[in-house]
Amino acid sequence: MTINEIQDEIAEEFSDYSDWMDKYSYLIEIGNDMPPYPEEHRVQQNVIEGCQSTVWINASLNDDKTLHFDADADAIIVKGIVGLLIRVLSEHTPDEILNADLYFIDKIGLKENLTPTRSNGLLAMIKQMKLYAMAFSVKG
Amino acid sequence: MFDIANIRSQFPILSETVYGKPLVYLDNGATTQKPQCVLDVVNDIYMHKNANIHRGVHHLSNVCTDLFEQARKTVARHINALSDAEIIFTRGTTEAINLLAFSFGETYCRPDDEIVITTMEHHANIVPWQMLCERKKMKLRVAKISDKGELDTDHLYSLLNERTRLVCVAHVSNVMGTVNPVKQIIGKAHAMGIPVLVDAAQSMPHKNIDVQDLDCDFMAFSGHKMYAPNGSGALYGKAKWLNEMVPYHGGGEMIEKVTFEKTTYNQLPFKFEAGTPDYISAIGLGRAIEFMEEIGMDNIERHEHELVKYAIERLGAIKDLRFIGEAADHSSAVSFLVGNIHPYDTGMILDKMGVAVRTGHHCAQPLMDRMGITGTVRASFAIYNTKEEIDKLVEAVERVRMMMM
Repeated sequence: MTINEIQDEIAEEFSDYSDWMDKYSYLIEIGNDMPPYPEEHRVQQNVIEGCQSTVWINASLNDDKTLHFDADADAIIVKGIVGLLIRVLSEHTPDEILNADLYFIDKIGLKENLTPTRSNGLLAMIKQMKLYAMAFSVKG
Repeated sequence: MFDIANIRSQFPILSETVYGKPLVYLDNGATTQKPQCVLDVVNDIYMHKNANIHRGVHHLSNVCTDLFEQARKTVARHINALSDAEIIFTRGTTEAINLLAFSFGETYCRPDDEIVITTMEHHANIVPWQMLCERKKMKLRVAKISDKGELDTDHLYSLLNERTRLVCVAHVSNVMGTVNPVKQIIGKAHAMGIPVLVDAAQSMPHKNIDVQDLDCDFMAFSGHKMYAPNGSGALYGKAKWLNEMVPYHGGGEMIEKVTFEKTTYNQLPFKFEAGTPDYISAIGLGRAIEFMEEIGMDNIERHEHELVKYAIERLGAIKDLRFIGEAADHSSAVSFLVGNIHPYDTGMILDKMGVAVRTGHHCAQPLMDRMGITGTVRASFAIYNTKEEIDKLVEAVERVRMMMM
């Protein structure tokens, strides 16, 4: 699936939930279902440290030149959010990731997590994932 | 007579809703809401009285100068300072402590001298002293606390010696609500000739403070945590220190005579108030203090004590909930964690239920390290809070537990 097809699919799933509590429950479920984060990548250089929650993101190159992301967070809702980003961006080429317009964030109402104090959450995660893509695109 | 409905009706913001739910505001340790009388004073000045103070010959300037100096008298009277010249208006506690760290440091500190603080200090009572220690090649000594979040006073006293220049201690911990025995600490320090700064940011809104009875040398506090406008606060200092200390900022108002060869400084308190102060917020602070006095500091303390007791009792009954800080002497804040749920998750869900709390390290990272945690959820109370609001907090925390565990 393309990045936009995945985004549409997520927007469709979230449209079932009108209440924020349900959205949070779903994010918690996504967070809990994430594959375990490889311990060898739990290093300082992979940390996106915020005021409120610590997030780890690691990127590696697949054989087919697409990028694979792993991530973890100590707060489960944040983990759910990074889980969504991974679902959208992982296993795509660096160019696709760099050019991605992440409109699903607005659509599912996550935008309020983008306020400056929480920027270390969502904005910093996206920035880091695009930086990885840029680094691998230069290498490639 | 403590009429909670009447008190609440004086705070316009308390009738707001968030996400369609009535606001339950339990983040008073961060900042309190403002009563109508304080808002009215600020508004009245901007609409009818505003002019810069201490300078003009004109009518409005004199009116504002009088109001500003009356506010200083109100603060001085409220904390029982010997003279209103001992009250230096600042933007808040942080600025007050930075002022002191610079001026005290430049006047009295030499290499190898020591400053004593405690493990439970807010960053505002850590970092300015660290900066001073770096600047002057001094040493920062830190008094330990117990697992219950109580200060180890014996350890603090063991740190005092002939190199100690100042002891800096929070009256009340912003995270745990622990009340420190500052009067006893001041007595012990004074016996060795060591002055003491009390960080009263979290006690001034909740308690009767008498600086002469405590005999503290310095005290810092913030107006916005005690129903006053933002940008108000003060440093209290005994005149003997303030007279000796060099100024912090240079500029207008703090001078006596300026020439390019030499400048002499104004008398207290103006020596420490360079530039145009936030006189409107300071006047608002005066009004906020009157508002608290009208209710009665004893009534405030009694009401908030009941709230804390009730919160501890109700929250304590929640399965898997543990308190961070279980001091016997406990003021208006309660910190807790539920199981292994991250405080940020708890806070986000409480928010959606209309309950405003603070989560995170509360600008006290060394305390978090000491307690072996990364953050807490903190509910902090003010005169307008009710037991019904604590019930809503408890209900919301129960819901978090159901969702996450």
